[in-house]
Amino acid sequence: MSHSSEHRGKCELSFTVNGKAETIRVFPMERLLDVLRNNLGRTGTKEGCGEGECGSCSVLMDGKLVNSCLVPALQAVGSSLTTIEGLAEGPQLSALQAAFLECGGAQCGICTPGMILSASHLLHKKAEPTLDEIREALAGNLCRCTGYMQIFEAVAEASRRKNPA
Amino acid sequence: MRSDPADYELIAPGTLQAVVALLAEEPGKWLPIAGGTDLMVQYAAGKLPAKKLVSIWNLPELRGIEVLPEEVTIGAGCTYTELREHDVIAHEFPLLASAARWTGGIANQNRGTLGGNIVNASPAADSLPALLAYEAELILTSVRGDRRVPYVGFHTGYKKMKLAPHELIRAICLRRGFSGYLHYSRKVGARNAQAISKVCVAALGRLRGTGEGGVIEEIRIALGSVAPVPLRLTEVERMVSGKTVDPELVREAKKAVAAAIRPIDDIRSTARYRAAVTANLVAEFLEQLRATGKAA
Repeated sequence: MSHSSEHRGKCELSFTVNGKAETIRVFPMERLLDVLRNNLGRTGTKEGCGEGECGSCSVLMDGKLVNSCLVPALQAVGSSLTTIEGLAEGPQLSALQAAFLECGGAQCGICTPGMILSASHLLHKKAEPTLDEIREALAGNLCRCTGYMQIFEAVAEASRRKNPA
Repeated sequence: MRSDPADYELIAPGTLQAVVALLAEEPGKWLPIAGGTDLMVQYAAGKLPAKKLVSIWNLPELRGIEVLPEEVTIGAGCTYTELREHDVIAHEFPLLASAARWTGGIANQNRGTLGGNIVNASPAADSLPALLAYEAELILTSVRGDRRVPYVGFHTGYKKMKLAPHELIRAICLRRGFSGYLHYSRKVGARNAQAISKVCVAALGRLRGTGEGGVIEEIRIALGSVAPVPLRLTEVERMVSGKTVDPELVREAKKAVAAAIRPIDDIRSTARYRAAVTANLVAEFLEQLRATGKAA
């Protein structure tokens, strides 16, 4: 990991976001969440609790699910980040996004980006998860609207579409 | 009040050698930060006193799990995800694998590290009772080299530990050879994910002889959240060793558990509840241990 020679003050950090190379000048302890939202305009990533409990700010960092509120910007240097904006291909929603819409997995929408990224992380590791595995994978994402059942169903539905029997 | 990032320094020297050199240069001035799952919470709340941080996330020298014939060496920078997904950890050290599985959620497991859990020194840390039960040893490193210490006794009081300001935990060593043992772990919390434990138990043991006459040959019981530090119940272990598990022994053990722990009332639970649950869990473990004799 590189860092600027000056310890105090802003430094230049580079990483890719949804496949696009980005270089920004921020304080190294800036939260990745704030960098994504304020410096890069990726406001799909939401802030819920700001302390790693609710999962609203989940993004993928080198394919691994992380809470972006708990990642200092400097630790994201050189990484490849995926936010909710990176899942659709043009107007074509990903299977998970479409399933969330159809199954009623989204209501107010604050938890939805994090839910979908957690689900996406799960489906990359395990294409056909059991209900228990879905529940465990989403246990770090809190939703105050749906009661969760439609969300679990949406993940199962997306898995079925990607892996038709 | 949220912290202002302009008030903080964070550097990432990139090698272990550079990090320990920095710690030696200005002891106590630099706070190592790995996955940030504890420190960034304090930071967000404006409660992180250290203003100079040095990143040890992804340091190659702290990564990886090495499986040797006699022991397993876990890099202090290993994440919970790496622990729970590692075959040898999952099969031979299930107490540690289960603690990793029920710490935080997946996102926290991808960032939280075993070394971080030790240094954060929460009495409620789920992985620490497992380290006590397996009699883990720690390799501490500094510019002067490595030194190896038993984990038991490392935490000396609430958030206090035997780690010099210029030292870093490099690895955690677990001796192998627990295949014939019963491994028992339970977390009692509002829920498994995210919730911090009200009580956490990691225990292992085995009987000598079978059937009704089986006696406890070896037993280790460790607890989290019931004292200022993770606790090994050595008195209780001594009391039940060499004996046959029967209702009378279980009753006596429960009394001894109550005498050994020092639970408190806090936002998560009460001392009374914690004491009752802890005694019941130890009783459940002893019952399961007795049952292993019947099965054999």
